[in-house]
Amino acid sequence: MWDLHRVADLPGGSTQLFVGLHLIHEVTSPQAFAALQDKGLPVRCPERTVATVDHIVPTTSQKRPFADPLAEEMLSTLERNCANYGIVLCGLGSGRQGIVHVIAPELGLTQPGMTVACGDSHTSTHGAFGAIAFGIGTSQVRDVLASQSLAMNKLKVRRIWVDGQLGSGVHAKDLILHVIRSLGVKAGVGYAYEFAGPAIDVLSMEERMTLCNMAIEGGARCGYVNPDGVTFDYLQGRFHSPIGEAWHRAVAWWSSLASDPNAVFDDEVMFDAARIAPMVTWGITPGQGIAVDESVPTAASLEPSERPIAEEACRYMDLEPGMAIEGVPVDVCFIGSCTNGRLSDLKAAAAIAQGRHVAQGIKAFVVPGSEQVARAAEAEGLDGVFRKAGFEWREPGCSMCLAMNPDRLEGRQISASSSNRNFKGRQGSSRGRTLLMSPAMVAAAAITGQVTDVRKLISNVVTP
Amino acid sequence: MTIEAISFPHGSIDQVQGRALMLRGDDIDTDRIIPARFLKCVSFEALGDQVFEDDRLELGGSHPFDLKVHQGASILVVNDNFGCGSSREHAPQALMRWGIRALIGQSFAEIFYGNCLALGIPCATAALAQIDALQQAVAADPSQSWAFNLQSQQLTSAAGSWDLQIESGPREMLLSGRWDATSQLLAQDAALKRTMADLPYLNDFAGSLH
Ligand code: SF4
Repeated sequence: MWDLHRVADLPGGSTQLFVGLHLIHEVTSPQAFAALQDKGLPVRCPERTVATVDHIVPTTSQKRPFADPLAEEMLSTLERNCANYGIVLCGLGSGRQGIVHVIAPELGLTQPGMTVACGDSHTSTHGAFGAIAFGIGTSQVRDVLASQSLAMNKLKVRRIWVDGQLGSGVHAKDLILHVIRSLGVKAGVGYAYEFAGPAIDVLSMEERMTLCNMAIEGGARCGYVNPDGVTFDYLQGRFHSPIGEAWHRAVAWWSSLASDPNAVFDDEVMFDAARIAPMVTWGITPGQGIAVDESVPTAASLEPSERPIAEEACRYMDLEPGMAIEGVPVDVCFIGSCTNGRLSDLKAAAAIAQGRHVAQGIKAFVVPGSEQVARAAEAEGLDGVFRKAGFEWREPGCSMCLAMNPDRLEGRQISASSSNRNFKGRQGSSRGRTLLMSPAMVAAAAITGQVTDVRKLISNVVTP
Repeated sequence: MTIEAISFPHGSIDQVQGRALMLRGDDIDTDRIIPARFLKCVSFEALGDQVFEDDRLELGGSHPFDLKVHQGASILVVNDNFGCGSSREHAPQALMRWGIRALIGQSFAEIFYGNCLALGIPCATAALAQIDALQQAVAADPSQSWAFNLQSQQLTSAAGSWDLQIESGPREMLLSGRWDATSQLLAQDAALKRTMADLPYLNDFAGSLH
C-alpha cells in the first residue's frame, strides 16, 4: 500500500507519498491557505480535498453570525477559501457537517487502501478501514494542498492482538484505555498500531474507529485494522462509495489488501478482552487509567519513573492514592467527540439513561458527532430518551472535547467525558478536571452523580 | 510597522544582511515569542505585530522590538535554548513577519529550529563568550550593518568578524534552496501523475469526492 502511493524518494531518506484523501477544517487550514496565497500556488487536487467545520461551532444556537466573532471569522475564512479554491465544504445545515473524523467515514470518503491526511492528530481514526491515515501540522497541510503529497518516514508496525470477547458493559473505549494504560503513552512513537485478533474481528466499524482514534494517545501516529466483511458492509451504499460494477471491483481490490496472517511485525503484544473491565482515567494523561473497581495507584505500586507525574496528577485531580475511583462525584457529563460521538455510542448511553434521571446538580449533555448521527439518533427517538432523562441534546461539533467553543468546564469542575484527552485545562478551564470513560459509563455517572460501574445498571435496563 | 521592504525568504539563501538586535536571556519560550491567545487566528499575518506582545507590554516601549533604532533590523542575537516550549509554527512566523531573517545564539530548541528552517531562516550558533562580545558590539552601534555569509559561516561588520556554526545538513539545504518542502514536492509533479494513474481508487472504481 505504501509503495502504491510512493511518488519519489526524497533526500534524507523520507518518501514522498501521494495523499488520496485530504480532510481540512477551520482551525489548522487558514494559515495553510494563506501560505499558498503568499506563494501564488493553486490547490493541486481540490477534488481530493473535503472540508468541514467542527472545532469552533457552538452546539446550542448555530445561527450565523456566531456570537463569538473569532469563531465567525474562522468559519467565514474557511468558506471563502473553499469557494476560492473549488473545495467542497460540508457546512452547517448541509446534512453532512460534523466532526471531521466522523463525517469522512460515514460519507464513504474514507476507504480501504487509501492514504488519508488531515491537520488533526486524531486522523488515526480512519485506519480502522485499512487506510494509512495520519495527522499533520499546518505547514504539511500547506504541502498537501499544494502538491497532494507529503514527505513521510515509514513507520514500524506493532500488532496488538486481542483474544476473547469484551464482556457486557465493556466497550472499545475500555479496550483502548486498557491498552494505553498497559503500554504507556509514549510506547507508540515511531509505530503504527495494527489491531487484530478474534476480539477485533467481531467489533463494528464504529468500535474499530474508537480504537484507532485513540492510537495517538498511545503515541502511535496511525491505527490500523485489516479491511474485512464488516468494513465492506459498512461502506456499501454510502454517499461516496462505489456503486454497481465499480463496487465489485473495489471490494476485490480492498480484499487483496489485508495483511498476510503470517506477516512478521516489528513488535507484537497480546491482550485478553475477557479480562478487561470498564475503565476510568484518574490522572492527567490518557495512560493514567484504571478499571472502575480499582483504586487510584499508590506510589509504591508504580514504577519510579511514573511516580512524579502520578503525584502531580493526584494533586491536580484532588484524588488520594489508594482511594476507590468508583464513587468519585462529578459535576459535568459530556457524551460526544470523534472518539465516542457516533450512533452506537449514543445508543449505548441512551440504554443506560432510558427510564432513569440525571442526578440533581449534574449538568449532562449529548453532542452528536455529525448531522447524520443526530438525524439518525432522532429517528430512533434517542433525543427523546436523553431529554426525558434530563440530558441536553445539542447540535453536532467537537464541543467540550477541547472547548474551543462555549462548552467548557468552569473553575475546578470535574467531568465524566467520553472524549480522548484528560490533559490539564483541556476542557476549557485551566483548573478543570477530566475523567475519561465510555459513553455508557458517562451516562451511568450522570444518573448517579458519581463514577459508577455501568455493569451495575445494566441488569435493570428497560429496553425500548 | 511595515515589513514589505524585505521579502520573505525564497530560493537559495547564501547571505543575510542587515542591522542586528539582541534579546538577552536563556530559555525564551514560544509562549513568550507569541502568547497562546494569538493562536485563535485565521492567518499568520498579524503575528508580526504581536510578537513578544506580553514582554513588550510589560516594558512599556523599551523592549528591543519596540525601540526605534531596531525597526527594520533582520538579524536577532539571543542566548541559550531559544524557542523552547510548544511546537507552534506561529513563533518563527511572528519573528519572520516582524522582519527577522537570521538568528544567532548559543543554542536553539529542536522543533523551533526545524520550523525556522522550513521558513528559510538560518539559526547559527556560537559559544557564550562570542555571543557576549557580539551583543556588546551590537549595543555599541545598533545602526551598523552586518552580513552573515552561510558559505563561510562568518558574520562581519565594520566592528569585526565572528565565526559562527550552522549544521551542515540545514546549511546545505539553505544554500541549495532545498529548504522549502513545498517546492521539493512540487518538483515531482510528473511522478505524482504516474502514481495517480496507477491507483485503483482513482481509476478502476473512481468517483469524485464532490
Ligand atoms: S472531537 Fe476532539 S479530538 Fe476529535 S477532532 Fe474534535 S477536538 Fe479533536
